[in-house]
Amino acid sequence: MDITALANGLYGIPLLGILFQIVGFLIEVIPSNAPNIMNQATPLALAALCGVLCERSGVVNIGIEGTMLAAAFTAWVVGVAVNPMFGSPAPGPIFGLTLPLVICLVAAVLVAVLISTLHAWLSISLRADQIISGTIINIAAFGVTGYLDQLISKSSPAGAGSFAAFTPPTELTDLPVIGWLIAMFFNQGPIAMSTIVIIVGAQLWLFRSRWGLRTRAVGEHPRAAETVGIDVIRLRYRNVMLGGFFAGLGGAWLSIEATNSFQIGMTTGRGFIALAAMIMGRWTPIGAFGSALLFALFLQISQLIKIAPPAGDLGTIMSSVPAQLWDALPYILTIVILAGVVGRSIPPAADGQPYEREAAA
Amino acid sequence: MTAQPARNPRRGRRSAASRIWSVTAVPITVVVLAVLLGAAIVLVSELLVPGKKFDWGLPLVAYGALVEGSLGNPDAIISTMVNSTPLVFGGLAVGFGFKAGLFNIGAQGQFLVGALGAVIVGVWLADAPAIVAIPLAALAGFIGGGIWGFVPGFLKAVSGAHEVVSTIMMNYIAVQLLAALVSGPLKVPKSPSPVTFDVGNAAYPILLGRNGHLGIVLALLAAGFVWWLLYRTTWGFEVRSVGANPDASRYAGMRPKLITMATMTFSGALAGLAGTSVLLGVTHTMTSSFGTTVGFDSIAVALLARSHPLATVLAAVLFGAMRAGAGLMQIRAQIPVELVDVLQAVILLFLVASPVLRRVLHAVTPAGVPDAEAPMPDLKPGALA
Amino acid sequence: MTDPAEPIIAPALEMRGITKRYPGVVANDAIDLEVRPGEIHALLGENGAGKTTLMNVLYGLATPDEGEVLLDGKAVRITGPADAIARGISMVHQHFMLVPVLTVAENILLGEETMANRFFLDRKEAHRRIVDLGRRFGFEIDPEAKVGSLSVGWQQRVEILKALYRNARILVLDEPTAVLTPQETDEIFAVLRRLAGEGHSIVFISHKLYEVLEIADRITVIRRGRVVGERKPADTDEDDLAELMVGREVQLVVDRGVSHPAAPVLNVQGLTASDDRGHQMVNGVDFEVRAGEIFGIAGVAGNGQDELVEAIIGLRKPTAGRVTIDGKDVTGHSPRQLNEAQVAYVPADRHRFGLILSFSIADNLVLTSYYRAPYAHGLLRDREAIDKDAATSVERFDIRTPSPNARASTLSGGNQQKAVVAREFDRELKLLILDQPTRGLDVGSIEFIHRQVIAKRDAGTAVLLVSAELDEVLELSDRIGVMYGGRIVAVVDGPTADKNDVGLLMATGGERDPGTRNPALEQTA
Repeated sequence: MDITALANGLYGIPLLGILFQIVGFLIEVIPSNAPNIMNQATPLALAALCGVLCERSGVVNIGIEGTMLAAAFTAWVVGVAVNPMFGSPAPGPIFGLTLPLVICLVAAVLVAVLISTLHAWLSISLRADQIISGTIINIAAFGVTGYLDQLISKSSPAGAGSFAAFTPPTELTDLPVIGWLIAMFFNQGPIAMSTIVIIVGAQLWLFRSRWGLRTRAVGEHPRAAETVGIDVIRLRYRNVMLGGFFAGLGGAWLSIEATNSFQIGMTTGRGFIALAAMIMGRWTPIGAFGSALLFALFLQISQLIKIAPPAGDLGTIMSSVPAQLWDALPYILTIVILAGVVGRSIPPAADGQPYEREAAA
Repeated sequence: MTAQPARNPRRGRRSAASRIWSVTAVPITVVVLAVLLGAAIVLVSELLVPGKKFDWGLPLVAYGALVEGSLGNPDAIISTMVNSTPLVFGGLAVGFGFKAGLFNIGAQGQFLVGALGAVIVGVWLADAPAIVAIPLAALAGFIGGGIWGFVPGFLKAVSGAHEVVSTIMMNYIAVQLLAALVSGPLKVPKSPSPVTFDVGNAAYPILLGRNGHLGIVLALLAAGFVWWLLYRTTWGFEVRSVGANPDASRYAGMRPKLITMATMTFSGALAGLAGTSVLLGVTHTMTSSFGTTVGFDSIAVALLARSHPLATVLAAVLFGAMRAGAGLMQIRAQIPVELVDVLQAVILLFLVASPVLRRVLHAVTPAGVPDAEAPMPDLKPGALA
Repeated sequence: MTDPAEPIIAPALEMRGITKRYPGVVANDAIDLEVRPGEIHALLGENGAGKTTLMNVLYGLATPDEGEVLLDGKAVRITGPADAIARGISMVHQHFMLVPVLTVAENILLGEETMANRFFLDRKEAHRRIVDLGRRFGFEIDPEAKVGSLSVGWQQRVEILKALYRNARILVLDEPTAVLTPQETDEIFAVLRRLAGEGHSIVFISHKLYEVLEIADRITVIRRGRVVGERKPADTDEDDLAELMVGREVQLVVDRGVSHPAAPVLNVQGLTASDDRGHQMVNGVDFEVRAGEIFGIAGVAGNGQDELVEAIIGLRKPTAGRVTIDGKDVTGHSPRQLNEAQVAYVPADRHRFGLILSFSIADNLVLTSYYRAPYAHGLLRDREAIDKDAATSVERFDIRTPSPNARASTLSGGNQQKAVVAREFDRELKLLILDQPTRGLDVGSIEFIHRQVIAKRDAGTAVLLVSAELDEVLELSDRIGVMYGGRIVAVVDGPTADKNDVGLLMATGGERDPGTRNPALEQTA
């Protein structure tokens, strides 16, 4: 670390200049990295959506991280087992689709739903503390995937590969002004691309449908919901399980879309960052998606700076900061946003409170 | 848990055995169940690894090695104690947070920053007399962990940022900070890999056998101190009040925000001492991959001990023994040491599902034991949300 | 029982021999109840007499151990709220079952959604039906208003609309007037009469005698889970009903005696304060409370009383103004500083603010004084002193418990409140602040606490009593300040105050404009 360079750099240039350089850097970087940003936002958005579904119905799910990790492991390990059975087929023309890959995806989602059901059982039926239940799920997922990975990886097996990104025609992506947006949303693998549809659907679901209305009521005032005949327990189960479905998609993204292998702890806190995105997005699917994009932008920039820092004073300053601190940037940002936004963001009133039927009293 | 069992005249009449059973039934059953399930996991694992002959006796071999490696001889026992030491500190840290209604998942980060503080001061005072170097290095670890706990506590008090998310973020930041420092300013020049100098005279002296260091004693003292603090002092009363009902505490003239900050800071400092005990007691230097599973283990310890400072020691010894014996288990039975993580997770799962267990155990639980009906007395649902 | 002069029709609702036992108590003991079509039938009883349990049985929230429920003469088994609703039974709960952040329409639709297709709601159709229903019963309602921004009177209307939207034939109202001003009560009564006129049957649960006499066609009185009598309003009076309800001749009002006010103790000048979201709720309040008098503050909930009390007691920073005690400025002092200045405070919600339920009674008794002698020496607590003191308090304040070391959660509501009172009253006081000190308690505990309050007053303590229960304020206060829109709009003499005058002040703030509606509602308009 070259502290003198940093000090000189700061001393020698006016702040306004740096500000201009930052804006310029962003304008240069965002369009060309848009597909990557969208891609990085995918697991965050899906996990945040899982959080929205759970918390809107009154269940805090801090176990999203573990759920995703287990799903990621499942997607990979099922590939290891299944791929040879189908004779390791070559990637298909669309999204590199193969039958084993689809099986991997289904298995990952199933496991995630199962784990969510466990969380639902512990926190809704047994009325355990929801944060403890979620934490235990995280610890268990970390332990079990780590153990199994150690057990299996001795023979260094290969999974079923990964989904490929769809390549939109260059005529479209080269269009001025909007071309990069097309690339952003369509130069994607199947999970990332469907995320956009899922988010929009979820927004309509929450605010326009019967299930959505009931969800919001149950998360705010479960007793009121029960007095009009709504089965609070069942609704919460359904929401937490559906949330698990999306967390499963996010987990599968890690090991069969973004990469083609599993590493221990590969979620690296995404499940938690997603919770911050959910809060920042005020518990709405679209808001959470927007926040996820912002986080992904910073994630992308923190990587970019290490590889190709911008020219000029800005670059000098940036590259004088140790690389590890850029890696810490998304986490620092999460804390800052959490501290800055959370006071003004009001969670569902019954969030985290187990429900006990009146009749049981 | 403010009602002192001995003071209640109705409870006094019951036999000591039934009282002990009422408190220990669930933890013991949970551990037994976990051991059985662990055996099943070992058997299933055999199927997963191709090319090996299936051996029904493998769980016994594995568990035998686990016990031998942790209790089989004086060295093993000392190794268990050394492994338990950071868990006592970590368990106390997490449990102390629980008492105030705070979930400090950040023990891992506080552990790392505590160790970082200890290594910085330890290296600096490596040649100073031990009587000066040790207390100052340990103090630095205490303060380092305290700072890492203070930040989430401060943010929670000032802006309401939930400590669960912020402490986890602090964990990741700690990892990067440690890597940046160990491969940067703290690195031994010209060393091929990132590693710091040795702490020299600041190292905890060995009191027992080959590696039974001073930290073991400090951990026991810490457990006693935390118990005294919680149950015998006004500050402990405030901490428990805020944990049980922050609104009523505020109305009664306490300052929950201040207590939140103080509790998180002290909790972080205890976790910092866990890191200190590993650094000054075991490794004496720091590499960029310094770090263990102490963070997660501490949560397990605190939950199993139901946040009680003295029970924390017992829970820590249990998990410490598993860590100590895991190496021998891997050698003898070719079972990855990560099996301990699985066992731990299983114990926790059973523990949180203990209401079901209680219903099953009801037949063997002496009738009319009120304590047995309150699984985690200070973690009432929703208190942390 | 049936009056021979009346035509015999099958009752809309009949409950026969309903018995419901909970561990240790028989909540309902062979209760019979019969409600005819178009009848307003009052169910009168004290808190804890078993009214709510009986209605939970009717609503399918509790399963009776014995007895049966008949609708239109046919025996039915009601399995839950959904089933009850399907059979035309709707309930308006004492604590409204409304979701504040949802709109009026969403609240009404919930559980009985009008759908455009399989998936999406039909908002337009729903809005139309809601507006029509409101008009039929004489009021205009905005289906898009957020329920949380409505006044309680309007929230009650939403609750009633909810029932009507479900085509309820039998409407159960549990203590519907507890939070209403007399004027709002009259308006709701008009709506209820209109409903009954259209053939709806109404069960009206209350413990207020004069209300029951005013609205009901018949009155069933229950005590300790049993029916102790049935009356018609024409054949009875308040004293008769009171005796039935309580089981002995009761003094309806504790004799407050004559007060001997001395020098002012609490002086509040130009106090303003905002709520957590920054809305100014207290707008320049002035008043004083003298030693040896009870100053009551009456007002509809949400007119700034909470913020006023919190600003005085140090839980909220005032944005302007001055609070003095015995001439000393205590503005912005912390709760503890005020506590040490001999100010005691009994908060409204004993579960949330008054007690730590998981702690022992002894620890709760020192919750405000744990840190000072004799309960602590420096950092060290003195268990012996705490236990000794607890034993004395339990005895003196008649807290019924096997041991002072039992958890506070094991106490009944009345005994819990006695514990709070014991903690706050049991020392020399200059100023005593009471916020709804008897909410939800049985008559015996209310009487006990009222006597304690008067005894404190007579010992020369200045007492500030805040309550949304106008009856309690009228019963105890020597002077009454009426709070409206964050101001004290009038101060009247307590013993001679007229209930309707005070009620009108509470509802309108004293502006003689009949068109003025509740300020809470106007915020949304």
